[in-house]
Amino acid sequence: MSEVVLKTQDLMGYYRGSFGVVYGVDGISVTVMKGERLGLAGESGCGKTTFAELLTGTPVPLLYYEGGLVDIEGYDVWHIPPETLRKEVKCKHMSYVPQAALNSLNPTLRIKNFVADMLKERTDKKYSPDEAREMLSDHLAMLNLDKHVLDIYPHELSGGMKQRVTIAISTYAKPSLLIVDEPTSSLDVTSQKAMVKMLLDIHRKELIKSMIVVSHDLGMLRQLCDRLGVMYAGRFMEEGKMDDIISDPLHPYTRLLLGSLLPLERWTKTANLKSIPGRHPDLRNPPPGCRFHPRCPECMDICKSKRPAAIEKNGRQVSCWLYSGESSDGE
Amino acid sequence: MVDKFLAGFTQERVQMANKDEILKVENLTKYYISGYMFTKKVLGAEDVSFDLKKGEVLSIVGESGSGKSTVANMILRLFNPTSGKIFLDGKDAFSFNKKDYWRRVQAIFQDPYSTFNHYYNVDRPLMDSFDLLENSGKTYSKTERKEIINKTLETIGMNPDEILGRYPHQTSGGEMQRLLIARTLIIGPEVLVADEPTSMTDASTRVAILNELLRLKEEREMAVLFITHDVGQAYYVSDRAAVMKDGRIVEMGPAEKVFFDPEHPYTKNLIASVPKVHEKWDI
Repeated sequence: MSEVVLKTQDLMGYYRGSFGVVYGVDGISVTVMKGERLGLAGESGCGKTTFAELLTGTPVPLLYYEGGLVDIEGYDVWHIPPETLRKEVKCKHMSYVPQAALNSLNPTLRIKNFVADMLKERTDKKYSPDEAREMLSDHLAMLNLDKHVLDIYPHELSGGMKQRVTIAISTYAKPSLLIVDEPTSSLDVTSQKAMVKMLLDIHRKELIKSMIVVSHDLGMLRQLCDRLGVMYAGRFMEEGKMDDIISDPLHPYTRLLLGSLLPLERWTKTANLKSIPGRHPDLRNPPPGCRFHPRCPECMDICKSKRPAAIEKNGRQVSCWLYSGESSDGE
Repeated sequence: MVDKFLAGFTQERVQMANKDEILKVENLTKYYISGYMFTKKVLGAEDVSFDLKKGEVLSIVGESGSGKSTVANMILRLFNPTSGKIFLDGKDAFSFNKKDYWRRVQAIFQDPYSTFNHYYNVDRPLMDSFDLLENSGKTYSKTERKEIINKTLETIGMNPDEILGRYPHQTSGGEMQRLLIARTLIIGPEVLVADEPTSMTDASTRVAILNELLRLKEEREMAVLFITHDVGQAYYVSDRAAVMKDGRIVEMGPAEKVFFDPEHPYTKNLIASVPKVHEKWDI
C-alpha cells in the first residue's frame, strides 16, 4: 500500500505577463500514496487549479514553472523531454480533466471519431471509429455507461453525461493518477451525486490508483475524498485525513472556512454564521509572513514577518505559528 | 438629510403595515416561442401561483431549467407572461408605469458582470439609481447623492473610499453583488427579487450577502423573493420555500417543513442529493 504515486517538493509556479508576477503556487509539498483520494479546497484565486496545471507539466500560457519537484511514479515531469511526457506519462500515468472538460468534446464529430483521434495520438496506431467504439465498450460498461453514447454527437448529451463521458475517455488507459478539476461545478445536485458515485466507482474498480480532486465545494469533497488539503494564497494551510480536519480543524483558516459553510442542517437557522472578514489577497502582492495573517483572528507578531513551516500535528501537516513553536525555515 | 432619507422608508412601512400582502402571482404561465413560420413552443413556467408578504423571504429552489429565473423575470416585467396575473399591492403590475414599478420592485441578478457597464466605474449605477427616486418628485444634488452612497456602503460593511471609483474588472464578483445590494438599499423597494445573489462568491463571503438580505428583511420589512439552487442557503434565509420542477411548483410551504419533512418525491430526491459536510453518503 505504501507505493508513492505523486510527490511534489516545494513546487512553485508563477504567472508572468504585462500585469507583473502573480505568485500562484508558492511552495507546495505533498505526497499522494496509492489508494488515496486527495481533495483540494480553497477560495477562488487561491491557486488550486494552478497547482493542478503544474502537475501536468504542460501549463496554460503565462504560467511558468519556477522550481521544485513533481514526481509521478518516477517521472520527473518538469525535467523529461516533452515528447516523453506526452507519449509515456500522459494518459498512462497521469490524466488531467480540466475545468469545464465537458466542452472539450469536439462538437462536429461523433464521440467515437473523437475517441479514435485520441487513440491514434496515444498509441501511434490508426483506428477506425468503430474499432474505437469496440475498444471502449467494455470500459464504458464498467462505469455503467451505455456504449451507445459513442455513436452520437456531444450536443445530444446532457451536461452531466458529457462530463461522465469525458472522464470515462480520460481513464481509458488506466492512469495511475487522475486529476479532476471542478468535476461538479456546472452540474445540478442530482447529476453531482451521479458524478461523485462514478468517480468513487473508478477508484474502487482499480482503474486508477489515486485521485486528486480540485473543488471549492467542501461538501462534495467530503463525500469523495479521504484526504483534504486546504489551500490559501498559493500554499497549503492544512493537509491531512478528511474526517480529522472536518471534525477538528487546527488552522484558523480551516476553522473559519468550515464555519462559513451553509449545509442543509437545522442548526444553521439559529447559528450566528459569519463570513471571513476581508478578502483573498491579490497574489501579485502577497502579504509577507503567513499569507492569512491580515484576515486571521489569532494573528500574532511573528505571523506578520515569518512564514510558518509545515509541521506535523495529530497526523496532519499544519502551517501555522500557533503550533509551530520556534523552529522555522523562515522566508 | 441622510438620516431623514433613511427614516422616510420606515415611516412609509408603518403606514402600509396593515396591508400585509405585497406581491401576488396567479397562474403565471410562460411559453418561449421560437421560429418564424414553424414556431416551436418551449415551456418556461406553468401555472405558478404564490403570494409574498411584507418582511418575508420566500425562496424558490430548483435545478437548472426548472423555470426559476423565468418567474423572476416576469415579476420584474422583463418578460411578458403568456397568461396569468401579477399583483403588486393589490393592483395589476402591468397597470403601473415601468419606472414607478421598478421603484417598488428591484432585483439583484445572477451575473453581476453583465449588470455593470464596463466602460464606467462602479459609482455610476449607484448614482443613476437616484434618477428612479427623482421620478417620484424629490431631487438630489450630486453631493447629497454621494453622501447617501457613502453612508449606505458603510451600513453594509464596505469601505466607500476603497470601492468607489473602481472599474468593474477591478472588483470581485462578490463585491459587485454587494454593490447591487447597496443600490437596492438606496432605492428602497418593497419587493426584492434576488436571483442567485451568491452565484459569484466563495463560501467564505457568501454568508455576508445572505446576512445582508436578512437585515433588509428585518429592518426595512422588505419582501424578498430568493431564487437559488442551493437548498442550504435557501433554508438559512427563508421563511417559506417553493420547489420548482419543469416549470411548475411541486411543493410549497414553511421552510422547515419543505426541507426537513418533504412530501413530494422530487423534493425528497433533491434534498438527498445535497452533499453534507458532517455526514457521509453510503454509496
